[in-house]
Amino acid sequence: MKTMSAHIVVAGGGVAGMEAAGTLAGMGYRVTMIEKDDAPGGHLLQWHALFPDRRPADEVISHFRKHTEHPNLRIITGTTVEKVRNHGSGVLVSLSGGAEEQADAVIVATGFELFDAHRKEEYGYGIYDNVITSADLEAMFNRGLVAKADGSVPSRIGLVHCVGSRDEKVNNNHCSKVCCVTAVKQAIEIRKMLPSCEVFCFYMDMRMYGPYYEELYRESQEYHNVNFIRGKVSEASVNINNRLVIKVEDTLAGRPLKMELDIIVLMVGMEMAGAGMRLAEASGMKRGINRFLESTDHHYGNNLSGLRGVFYAGTCTAPMNITDTISHARAAVTETVKYLNSR
Amino acid sequence: MYMKPEGKKRIWAEYQKEIPDDHFFYVRSCIRQTFFAGSEQYFLKILRDDLGKDVYEDPRHTTCTGIGYHGDVVPFETIQAVVARHFALATEAGYKHIAISCVTSFGIYSEILETWKHFPETLERTRENLYKATGRTFDVPETISHTSDIIYKFRDQIARKAKYHLIDISTGEPLKVVEHIGCHYSKMFPKYGVGGAEFPHVLVGMVEAWGGDIIDYPERRHCCGFGFRQYLVQANRGYSLFATRKKFESMQPYRPDMIIANCPGCTMFMDRWQYTIREIDGITYGADGQGIPVLTYEEVAGLVLGYNPWELGLQYHNVQSLPLLRKMGIKADPSERFLAKDGSRLPEPENLING
Amino acid sequence: MRVTQSNKFGFTINRSRLIDYDSSDRKVREYVTLREPSFRLCFACGGCTATCTAGQHTSFNLRRMNTFIRRGEIEPLREEVKRCMLCGKCLLVCPRGVNTRNVVAAAAEAIVKLERNEL
Repeated sequence: MKTMSAHIVVAGGGVAGMEAAGTLAGMGYRVTMIEKDDAPGGHLLQWHALFPDRRPADEVISHFRKHTEHPNLRIITGTTVEKVRNHGSGVLVSLSGGAEEQADAVIVATGFELFDAHRKEEYGYGIYDNVITSADLEAMFNRGLVAKADGSVPSRIGLVHCVGSRDEKVNNNHCSKVCCVTAVKQAIEIRKMLPSCEVFCFYMDMRMYGPYYEELYRESQEYHNVNFIRGKVSEASVNINNRLVIKVEDTLAGRPLKMELDIIVLMVGMEMAGAGMRLAEASGMKRGINRFLESTDHHYGNNLSGLRGVFYAGTCTAPMNITDTISHARAAVTETVKYLNSR
Repeated sequence: MYMKPEGKKRIWAEYQKEIPDDHFFYVRSCIRQTFFAGSEQYFLKILRDDLGKDVYEDPRHTTCTGIGYHGDVVPFETIQAVVARHFALATEAGYKHIAISCVTSFGIYSEILETWKHFPETLERTRENLYKATGRTFDVPETISHTSDIIYKFRDQIARKAKYHLIDISTGEPLKVVEHIGCHYSKMFPKYGVGGAEFPHVLVGMVEAWGGDIIDYPERRHCCGFGFRQYLVQANRGYSLFATRKKFESMQPYRPDMIIANCPGCTMFMDRWQYTIREIDGITYGADGQGIPVLTYEEVAGLVLGYNPWELGLQYHNVQSLPLLRKMGIKADPSERFLAKDGSRLPEPENLING
Repeated sequence: MRVTQSNKFGFTINRSRLIDYDSSDRKVREYVTLREPSFRLCFACGGCTATCTAGQHTSFNLRRMNTFIRRGEIEPLREEVKRCMLCGKCLLVCPRGVNTRNVVAAAAEAIVKLERNEL
């Protein structure tokens, strides 16, 4: 059959969705990309600068805008994909609002959500004014101003790693992979914006897995004077001077440590997105214990869903950085094209 | 202030527990009547006379043996049978809701109920053990509440009948109150405590209903240091002192007017150790170096309802409450403190702070 | 230690082990970092300590010493720093290229200066 007239629906308009949709459209396929927010871009729209070299996120955003501008690519916003099922030789896609799309193949790219920091009550997010998340901090970078809630200049900021990851208490045993390098990146950005502000990273491990990530860690110590204390912060409270007080075990010194801070930044982890979970439930897609989508094989089948014509791309399968998301999405495209050619 | 109250309210809403309205089977504490002579008495008086509730007491109930259990001398099987016997007495009298006076007891009852829920074979064993030992059978109660939960539930009714409030009458400002929850109330099973473990609400609700202001100080969550082995063995009491002192050092900058606690041990230690710390270190805490009065919630409820402080037993605390009473506008004659009901003089304790 | 009547109780108040970051003094750290900038690079892997000659038979622990310097906890250092033999094995191991031998020398100098109020 003429595969070029095939119609592919991409569920999700974040990095993975945009990469897959734009690439398929460029190859000549008809593509419909469905995005739940008012505009595509996903979490990429929230970031200020990207690790490891701190290049502006705007550059990557405009790359994707161009990549997804294509006569073959139709973008539907403000809509979620509720269910997919095999119908005849293709896939029937049910959208919120009742509409349906007939597709020859579907790529699920529903992405991730950030851990809701309110759930870690002991850190006081939503209770103490100056406890924020890494996403809140990126928003401050975008506004060009890092300040306490009352507008004053902070003289000491602490970043707490592993909030909502590697934590049985919130049912997330997995590591979210990118928070360590994000913390180091943000620490450097704070030091550059506020040279008189001390910065501390409270970590359990330093997971600098990617290219130039370890070098960034070294740079943060060598050139930017970022301090690293190995230990999990147990609780945050406020003292009479309106400063946050944290308790942490300084495992390297073997003694408990108490410190006053002006701002605490919680490095929140990645979880499977809610809309993706509902789609998976409704469509019979298997999910792993970590609640992300489970592909048919971790090594050589990690874009395959086990359902005919349905493929996975991006962080709906596991936490990953932007580069790996793009690669994963391209792999999903390859699997999709192989499938369409084999019918 | 520096915090968003909506954030705390959201957590309190998540940790709401079912507290019954009436018909309580009351189990007392071992030591409270010795140290806080009026507290349990006034719990009963307030519930029966002021609120018209039915509270039943069976004189055949015993200690829950919690001190022995946490002191490693009473095994878990034994304490399950002891508690089951109390349930048997309650069942016999037709009561389904237990009102527990001591926080350690409350922790024990919660632990036992949870164990029975997750390991039903332990419930069966306990039924057997109790039957063989005493011939009794029992129903598992519908609810268990700590008596502070119950006062919490009726705090607004108490507020409506209040003759005094937690306000400094000379300035009109709310009193600054430190609230302290016993560890076994909510740290073991956060869902059994009103407000959970991080931001407990049971005492906060009372204080705010009665006009006071709660102080949120950094060591709010810290254990008072009471423990069991830490004080049962005299040489270990340094542990206990260290913990209590940490709390005092942390709350001192806020100049609290009083401490309210819901656990017998916490109340006693935070009161007694103020004397010990003064002897060892020479430091007295409190807004004017006069010590911080430590009260049970029944004593605070009693003061608010206008009962005589000396009948409530406040004169038997190490840190006397005279400055607090003055601030609240409660008339209490210090010379009447150590008189018996027939007018004869009782022995006066030494080394009172603020005596 | 206070002279107390604590004996009348049979117990006293336990001492705190807490590192109170806000009340510790980091002059020694600043001096060492100035004299040996590579000190910044330490990430406490403990490679130096594992190979250390003095560490095999005394309480000298270079990794822990460096951590205490960073925190401003000077008390543990005063005696410890004298135990280094300056053999230089630590320098050979360090994966980050910290001149560990010079760090110890600088720390020893700093402590002397601190005692003389010269810092």
